[in-house]
Amino acid sequence: MTAELLPAQDPAHLGIETGAIKRMANIGILIESGEEGIKETNFGVITAARRKSDGYLFAFIINGDAAVAQAVLETYGVRKVVGVTAPAPDFKARPELQAAALAAAVTHFEIAGLLGVASPKGRDLLARVAAILDAPLVQDCLKVDLDEGTVTKSHFSGRTTATLRLKGSPWVCSLRPNSVEPAPAPAAATLEIFQAPSTDSTRIRVKAVKAGGSGSADLTEANIIITGGRAIGSADNFQVLRECAAELGAAVGASRAAVDAGYASHGIQVGQTGKTVSPKLYIACGVSGAVQHFAGMKTSKVIVAINNDKDAPIFGKSNYGILGDLFEVVPALTDVLRKRPQPE
Amino acid sequence: MRIYVCVKHVPDTAARITVVGGTGFAETCKFIVNPYDEYAVEEAVRLSRKDGGGEVIVVTVGKEAAVASMRAALALGPQRGILVKTDAQFLDSRTTGLALKKAIERDGAPDLILTGKQSVDSEGMQTPYRLAQVLGMPVVSDVVKLTVEGRRALVEREVDGGGREVLEVGLPCVIGATRGLNEPHYPKLPEIMQAKKKEIKVIPMAELGLSGDEGCTEIMQLAATPERGQARMLEGSAREKVEQLVSLLEQENVL
Repeated sequence: MTAELLPAQDPAHLGIETGAIKRMANIGILIESGEEGIKETNFGVITAARRKSDGYLFAFIINGDAAVAQAVLETYGVRKVVGVTAPAPDFKARPELQAAALAAAVTHFEIAGLLGVASPKGRDLLARVAAILDAPLVQDCLKVDLDEGTVTKSHFSGRTTATLRLKGSPWVCSLRPNSVEPAPAPAAATLEIFQAPSTDSTRIRVKAVKAGGSGSADLTEANIIITGGRAIGSADNFQVLRECAAELGAAVGASRAAVDAGYASHGIQVGQTGKTVSPKLYIACGVSGAVQHFAGMKTSKVIVAINNDKDAPIFGKSNYGILGDLFEVVPALTDVLRKRPQPE
Repeated sequence: MRIYVCVKHVPDTAARITVVGGTGFAETCKFIVNPYDEYAVEEAVRLSRKDGGGEVIVVTVGKEAAVASMRAALALGPQRGILVKTDAQFLDSRTTGLALKKAIERDGAPDLILTGKQSVDSEGMQTPYRLAQVLGMPVVSDVVKLTVEGRRALVEREVDGGGREVLEVGLPCVIGATRGLNEPHYPKLPEIMQAKKKEIKVIPMAELGLSGDEGCTEIMQLAATPERGQARMLEGSAREKVEQLVSLLEQENVL
């Protein structure tokens, strides 16, 4: 399949699909890709975007390689892969230009709703698009019901859950990573390049990107997270968690108490004022379990607490508890994992 | 520099939230300055002092009770406040953005607008963007470092994987603060006493030509999030506990 460069305002771009598109609700998905390709969390968003009744899925890729992405996006039911770009030499370093181009694509393809991942990048771009389009926006959704036009999200640091109705179209939503289990649904997708009209907005420019420290990679997208609290005692002691994380295929997090004590960087902090995560498995080691910590991880599927204080509040709201010294329990866990038969 | 700081009056993050009437909550709990807005206030005051002049103005959209949080914010150093008075605790971010815009425009020309990246009650994560859009200003949120040089700001924002983006943005602009930007100081008694005397101008929202129905989302239901109960405590030696755990996690298909 070949990509064509088409002017933004040419209605002929819809080609033979015009009729079908008009009848069905077009749902757009902002695809986030990194150096390693399309991030796993996108597939959950695509799965959430597949409506029960109808819907025609568009995948928008900003400045990435849409042609390369096409094959994998098809397996999740995407019908049209759109590479979004604009005639600006430093498009990648201009969040405002990217948002303007995406907003133009939403209008151009008559998108009824735009979904994406609630990652730092996704939240930023989607908020810009919603502001430009003056569209309803709900960030960090836990659930979306596209037929009802309602979404579910956390309020009050996760102590309550709110169901919100989106008034009007287009609407914009970001989904908390890992909140929807990806399920393949193969379809055939076409490929198109959308060139947005040029705008001369030069108010914001990304000058540099500083990489995070080791162990901080993709905390929000991790399937398994092992977190250290104040009881970890020092920055060096995080090595105990890193060794276990290597066996688990996990990312390492820290509680606010551990960050405030200088044992870990804020970049890996989980909780109210840090990252919000939703892994399949969350192992909290020496974490007391404050409301603010739970705000950042309570939607994890399974929570395991390891603590030597039998009265630690975390035991009152976890799935499994191990009363014991983390410096004894965690190495034992690492050892058991290392010796267990490898799954096929 | 004239700096406006937008502050929300929110329930304490540790307060018990009791849902009332299916879409609201008992507002008898302890309220505080939205923690992310507190970083914004502290930063505005520091910038203003460094700049050696100008004014820092706290702007709040909220109920009359929000005055308490405005006083707490004023104790950190801003000169005065403006309250856009409404009857609802939950305002859609679109309404809030418009109300803030109108209140600020009526008051003066901002060089900089600071606010938190999100509120801790409705967790909307969008007011900085909506406010910037209606004011025609650029916006950067999730900001952990801010340096102002003349008519431009150099900012750092947190991105995936613990990394940071360094951006250059022209003034006036809107900045959404997050944890890491600074450590707000505890106000001293004289600061708290002075704050009580600072001017807070109250503007009913209707006076700004807003009905409160400008929102584009509506709360259909608010419910307490079901808590996990008491953990299943594993027994035996450390080794035995861990072996049980691994087998249970395998059964649950999360390992």
